[in-house]
Amino acid sequence: MKLPTLREIGTEAKLLLIGIPVLIWTLVPIYHMFLFAISPKEDAFSGKLWPTHPTLNNFKIVFYQEHYFLRDFWIQFFNSVVIALSAGALTLMIATAAAFSISRLRVPGGRWVMNLALFTYFIPAAFLAVPMYRTMGNYGLLNNHWSLILAMVTIASPYAIWVLKQASDKLPVELDEAATMDGATTLQLFRLVYVPLMMPSLVAIGTYAILLAWNEYLYAFLLLSKDTEITLPVALGNFLAADDSPWELLMTTGFIYALPPAAIYYAFKRYMVGGLTAGAVKS
Amino acid sequence: MAITLSGDPAIASPPLSARLTTPQVWGIVLLAPYILVFLAFVVYPVGYGLWLARHPASYVALYHDPIFARAAVNTLIFLLVGINLKMAIALFLSGFFAQQRTWIKWLSVLFILPWAVPSIPTILSVRFMFNPEWGVVNQLIFKFTAEDGPNWLNDPTVALAMAIGVHIWKSLPFWTLILMTGRLAISHDLYEAAEVDGATWWQKFRFITWPSMQTLYVTCTLLSMIWTLGDFNSVYLLTGGGPADLTHVLATLGIRYLRLDQLSLAMASIVCALPFVLPLVYFMMKRLSR
Repeated sequence: MKLPTLREIGTEAKLLLIGIPVLIWTLVPIYHMFLFAISPKEDAFSGKLWPTHPTLNNFKIVFYQEHYFLRDFWIQFFNSVVIALSAGALTLMIATAAAFSISRLRVPGGRWVMNLALFTYFIPAAFLAVPMYRTMGNYGLLNNHWSLILAMVTIASPYAIWVLKQASDKLPVELDEAATMDGATTLQLFRLVYVPLMMPSLVAIGTYAILLAWNEYLYAFLLLSKDTEITLPVALGNFLAADDSPWELLMTTGFIYALPPAAIYYAFKRYMVGGLTAGAVKS
Repeated sequence: MAITLSGDPAIASPPLSARLTTPQVWGIVLLAPYILVFLAFVVYPVGYGLWLARHPASYVALYHDPIFARAAVNTLIFLLVGINLKMAIALFLSGFFAQQRTWIKWLSVLFILPWAVPSIPTILSVRFMFNPEWGVVNQLIFKFTAEDGPNWLNDPTVALAMAIGVHIWKSLPFWTLILMTGRLAISHDLYEAAEVDGATWWQKFRFITWPSMQTLYVTCTLLSMIWTLGDFNSVYLLTGGGPADLTHVLATLGIRYLRLDQLSLAMASIVCALPFVLPLVYFMMKRLSR
């Protein structure tokens, strides 16, 4: 092994000088949350960087719903899961069908629909929230899980259709022609040729929609309000309303809430990075 | 950077008319669910919202509402400072993360965390960290200086700056990742040739990196502008628009009016932002829909 030269050490030191602040900046809010989650109430407010008596008691309180603020924890968790999965499945179905129709069947007016969808994608979701709230009221869907599911599908599908269309445009036309020649009907073409070939993009889009719905706060808090109907992020936001909020329990719940999306993200990183980020911006 | 462009209708259209009538029917059937969603949850709400915002009186009321003027200024500051700072740091860090080191690879895995976790718990964590009485930051200040720390979120300027900070914290990884893919697409030969010619790092950046990343950088900045305009969480969850409604941005202002049951004002404030948003949206659409 050869010894590093002075110049190499210098470069390494410079890189560390960037890397360490980046690491601290990234981790501080997350570590702070974790620290509260494992601190007993007395320790939590002492300003120590590691609790004297780390404990999992907060998790126990959350899981057994032993606090006034947490009495509906499991049902809220369940609401979040149901809404995220439904929004993911529905987005996937609608967007796959639309992308197949636009890209493979070249339905007349398909480009128009694509452009309108893209237009929706670029309208900031917060701007659409107010009219969406009123609309859901007019439809009589307020305080119904369907309102949030449908709102999430509306927000997720434009990008989903766009990514899936990009991916399916790359599949050779000859494939469809050969299948049709062999007597495949359009539905068979969709089921047996298109969907299997699109699997990686479908996984990416499904994950995208699920994470979007799981993470959504604004729409969830506008559209749902009953304690047994709301999702976890809304419940977290409600902690803020009270002066005597148990912060260590809030942070514990927040930590539990943040784990699934982080795990999904890292599990599907391969698809997410390839299928989504690179496609998000092209120049 | 090129992601293959498509949509060349010339390739498939001749045979279509001849034999593909059933597929066309299927095409319409398969497209119908999205069209229904679009009509019910985009066209109708937008139309209804515009109809609610039709009274000139709402705009007069907005014009006389100091909170609206303040929110407009805040939004501008948020966009100008937040986005430029974020994109400049992202550009810089994309160069850092493009370095081939094992520890940098591991760091990049952690670096993506703010983007991967939901924003609510982390923003609340920051909010609590800076709580003037019990927050860790002021605890530490008290421990070292024996003096009370500042009342962070009660100062509108500091509070807005912190909202921008939270926004940057959350979205920096995403943009760094995007710019890094752009950077990695640049041919390594160019840098080697520059190395042989004795170029400094600034010259390499100026004459190789920047020219190849310019378009991507501008696209990213514009896209980030649109998304930042809709960033509700960073402000609402950190400051709640306070103190005294001085830190609202347009995204939170609409919700504030809604909560006060001033629906026409809520819609009017959004309509006021449209002249700025629509050109950006149109430009981005042109970019992506080719």
